[in-house]
Amino acid sequence: MHPIVKTVFQRLGLGVVTLFIVSLIIFAAIELLPGDFGQAVLGQAATEETVAAFRRELGLDQPAVWRYVDWIAGVAQGDLGTSFSGRASSGVDRSRPVIDLIAPRLENTLFLAGLTAVVAVPLALFLGISAALYRNSIYDRTVNALTLTTISFPEFFVAYVLILCLTSLWPIFPSLSNISADTEFAERVYRSAMPALTLTLVIVAHMMRMTRAAIINLLASPYIQMARLTGASQREVILKHALPNAWAPIATVIAFNLAYLVVGVVVVEVVFVYPGVGQLMVDAVSSRDIPVVQGCALIFAATYIVLNLVADIVGIVTNPKLLHPK
Amino acid sequence: MTKSDILLDIKGLKIEGWSDEKWHPIIKGVDLTLRRGEVMGLIGESGAGKSTLGLAAMGFTQPGCRITGGQIVFDGVDMTTLSDAQKRRYWGNRMTYVAQSAAASFNPAHRLIDQTVASTVRFGISNEATAKSDARTLYSALNLPHADTIGDRYPHQVSGGQLQRVMTAMAMSPRPDLIIFDEPTTALDVTTQVEVLRAMRKIVEEFNTAAIYITHDLAVVAQMADVIKVLRFGHEVEEADTRTMLAAPKEDYTKSLWSVRALTKPERPVQENILSVRNVSASYGKVPVLHNVSIDVPRGSTVSVVGESGSGKSTVARVITGLLPPQNGQVMFDGDPLPQALKDRTKDHKKRVQMIYQMADTAMNPRQTVREIIGRPLEFYLGLTGRAKDDRVRELLSLIELDDRFIDRLPSELSGGQKQRICIARALAAEPELIICDEVTSALDQIVQEGILKLLMRLQSELNLSYLFITHDISTVRAISDHVVVMQLGRVVEQGTKDSVFQPPHDPYTDLLLSSVPEMDPDWLSNLKLPELT
Amino acid sequence: MTQTPDTYSAANEKTAFAAERTRWDKAKIVLRKSPWSARFGMVVILAYMIVGLFAPIIAPYGEAEVFPVPFAPWDATHIFGTDQIGRDILSRLIYGARNTVGIALVTTFLSFLIGGGLGLVAAINRSWIDQVLSRGVDVLMAIPSLIFALVLLSIFGSSAVNLIMIIAVLDATRVFRLTRSVAVNVVVMEYVEAARLRGEGLGWIMRREILPNIMPPLVAEFGLRFCFVFLTIAALSFLGVGIQPPTADWGSMVRENASLIQFAQYDLKAGLTPLLPASAIALLTVAVNFVVDWFLHHTSGLKDTPK
Repeated sequence: MHPIVKTVFQRLGLGVVTLFIVSLIIFAAIELLPGDFGQAVLGQAATEETVAAFRRELGLDQPAVWRYVDWIAGVAQGDLGTSFSGRASSGVDRSRPVIDLIAPRLENTLFLAGLTAVVAVPLALFLGISAALYRNSIYDRTVNALTLTTISFPEFFVAYVLILCLTSLWPIFPSLSNISADTEFAERVYRSAMPALTLTLVIVAHMMRMTRAAIINLLASPYIQMARLTGASQREVILKHALPNAWAPIATVIAFNLAYLVVGVVVVEVVFVYPGVGQLMVDAVSSRDIPVVQGCALIFAATYIVLNLVADIVGIVTNPKLLHPK
Repeated sequence: MTKSDILLDIKGLKIEGWSDEKWHPIIKGVDLTLRRGEVMGLIGESGAGKSTLGLAAMGFTQPGCRITGGQIVFDGVDMTTLSDAQKRRYWGNRMTYVAQSAAASFNPAHRLIDQTVASTVRFGISNEATAKSDARTLYSALNLPHADTIGDRYPHQVSGGQLQRVMTAMAMSPRPDLIIFDEPTTALDVTTQVEVLRAMRKIVEEFNTAAIYITHDLAVVAQMADVIKVLRFGHEVEEADTRTMLAAPKEDYTKSLWSVRALTKPERPVQENILSVRNVSASYGKVPVLHNVSIDVPRGSTVSVVGESGSGKSTVARVITGLLPPQNGQVMFDGDPLPQALKDRTKDHKKRVQMIYQMADTAMNPRQTVREIIGRPLEFYLGLTGRAKDDRVRELLSLIELDDRFIDRLPSELSGGQKQRICIARALAAEPELIICDEVTSALDQIVQEGILKLLMRLQSELNLSYLFITHDISTVRAISDHVVVMQLGRVVEQGTKDSVFQPPHDPYTDLLLSSVPEMDPDWLSNLKLPELT
Repeated sequence: MTQTPDTYSAANEKTAFAAERTRWDKAKIVLRKSPWSARFGMVVILAYMIVGLFAPIIAPYGEAEVFPVPFAPWDATHIFGTDQIGRDILSRLIYGARNTVGIALVTTFLSFLIGGGLGLVAAINRSWIDQVLSRGVDVLMAIPSLIFALVLLSIFGSSAVNLIMIIAVLDATRVFRLTRSVAVNVVVMEYVEAARLRGEGLGWIMRREILPNIMPPLVAEFGLRFCFVFLTIAALSFLGVGIQPPTADWGSMVRENASLIQFAQYDLKAGLTPLLPASAIALLTVAVNFVVDWFLHHTSGLKDTPK
């Protein structure tokens, strides 16, 4: 087998193992709950029978291994369990499947993250690469100082400054992002503009700094100086000598920041009351609705792991030493 | 000499470099004249500015450097007045460059042949097909194996000595007027170096190309250059044609460049063995590195272990010190077997064998002062504290020819030679009987090497110390040894007294190793017939 | 030339040694050369420390003292007005310096204690302990830490102690990685080998040979980790699952007063109120980042060429 295929498979295998262990950790969340949580969920008035029935429904009378197998098999089929909310002490159950809560919101979150990525990734790469090429120029120093400041800001600070300027003082955008499944595309973009803008500012700062550092590191390689000494123009040095070796670091930077986006989305969704998974998760944490928390966490963690996996694989398949083994 | 004979004319060149928030002069007004077809050797020690001058000959300055005065006239054009775009029309075209580390200087993403012909094709000197077939001819002229196909490989698929020759082919491909060789063989083993030197000289002669050859090794440059220019601290010391320079250097400094070669060692009376390594085999994990190695070190003498990279000579030191327990065999010290692993050895075992390393920089904790560095073994082994310890540190400093001023300095505030002396003092503090010296002079300039070697010899006769001296440098071996052990690929191929090893008949590998060391004779390379190894 | 006499002497070799200076003198020289951004950062950090330490003396009112008028405008009695239940904003801002920064600082110390200690052990051991710790950290780091923190908070509930423990453990993974990687580079140094050959014990090697040499990157990392922890705690509090009322905390203050921002077009000052605690957070992280940036630049010896 070609070593590159082997390395890719090894990396994929590692990714699967990681996902498995992460699912174990998230599953263990319900194990760690204090014994009387049934009472807490159903309310003080719940009778012992309803509490016992609730525990039976959760399978708490079964061994943990069985419940994990049951749970993960459900997850594989898109069944994330049933929400705790909507249960009453009387035993009346108006709870909804977690997947029904998450699915529409996941679509919204993906839309917001996608919108941000489409703007932020090219912008950050452009700023980072140009700052690295014109290193120490006024442009570089300005961009550097600005981004160092921006990465120090909490997301909600950026969000509220934007709200103050763009919705309150000069009302251009709506401050709350009311979108639903039937909102038209253009309207969706308009209503998501504020959260997307906030995320873009935060992400671009991070990503631009990392891109700049990666490119500067690359341009310091002896083979770049050698290329200059063979009379290659700046353009040729960049396109022919730096770029083929830049895919791995750039892919890492992009994946890292998209992963960061996954987390940043939580706070920004809350600020703008954007109906996404992040807000759902925060509400679920406040009300200690464990199945919903588990479902959201599983989605965020899986996205994060897959993004890093993709970056690693890009690094592997563009590595000349692996592409052309001895 | 007509004017058009002169290819490169540098006048009053001054270059500064930026460090510690200040501009420091690197080249302080140097003149250099090179005729067409002439090879000039630029020689000097670290900090002489020879690489900076070599690059400046192309009109190139490294980031963080600037030209502050003088002219660089190449074929009638002053390079200092040209823009970057104008200079690029010369680079890779009429002037080319061969770097020290070929492994780092080739782009890992492209095939060798594409990199070889890139500038030739870019400047329209010939079309791609012609340039590539010419490159294959150059590869075979440079004695590269598989000349027809080696160009289709990627840099990491080819050995260091071969890469250096490919880079020479790349420099020759556009048929330049001038090639700058910047220490092209420094990183290579001596038996590889001789191959590369031969190939480079042959091709430069064949195309009558002018060249500047930068190195710190006078014997190497003597093989390559018609004229030699000696630099020191950014100034020219002297310039003369190669034969005159070697026969009658004007300046004392020039003579000091081969000072180690002039060292000799008086005979020492033969004493009993302090250390014997008996039939030792060892491996790193599953990779065997030593095969049945036996070495004896008589008390009060110096035994040199010599070999190229991968010969296992440093592994011998790791076995003796207990860092790498052997699989078979035994290490005897003063008649008793030493426990194999470090953790089983007593404090007294550790005290009696001390070690000095190649890089004094990494052998001393950068956060400790000289007082702490030398004081620790005094406290640890001998229980000295307070005044007694301080007095002993001062005594040791004077023993290594340094004074009290140095006692509170950090390693970063010492020169290379001073650092190595402090390491020697740290070893002496333990009052050892055997000191293992692992390439202790390899990283130092010649004159500093000479000082360190003299110091070691003086200490030996005063304190009856025994040395196991690990090195790859034959002239050092000649200078200081009583006994010599030659190693290759983890085996001892020959050992005995210095005279018996250096006199024929040799083992074939010893023969190759000894005959590969360049001599101070301009005709050495031309007359050299290397033994064939089977 | 005067500096290179003809006769060779080891004591006269050229060195980078300028003059005898005490550590204090060296520190003063370094400070004098510091850029404006670093000086600004140091002044801000100092100011926060003073405000945090002397909060009860500086603050005009108590942390949880409730006044009759909620959302009172900015005036002489309440310089920045009051919040949704009538507590003095300025006083809460001042107490926030103590609570928010204090909790973040304790958390960062704890995470360095855990992560730094284990990182050192892993770097020196390099066998199964290292393997187990490193793989464990890999898995923990595969989950974004804010998400992980949310899961754990939903199980254990939001209290200050839980918050500190959870964030400290999650952040310790990053500290572990850094400590391990810098320490591994030091462990392979010959002076560590020399100490082992001398027969020094593990304690000496850790304290005297390794620790002093990994301090500069660890100090810089402490600044960066502090910012990260500080922002994470602020974000959790802002989300309502971090520091709980009535403790004055900047993150929760932003949340509590957020609705005021809609009134900016009628009363700019009221609109600015939620931005005050947010700016307090931002200013401190900017200041720490400036100082760390300069410190890194200084200790790594990276000195850019002027153009």
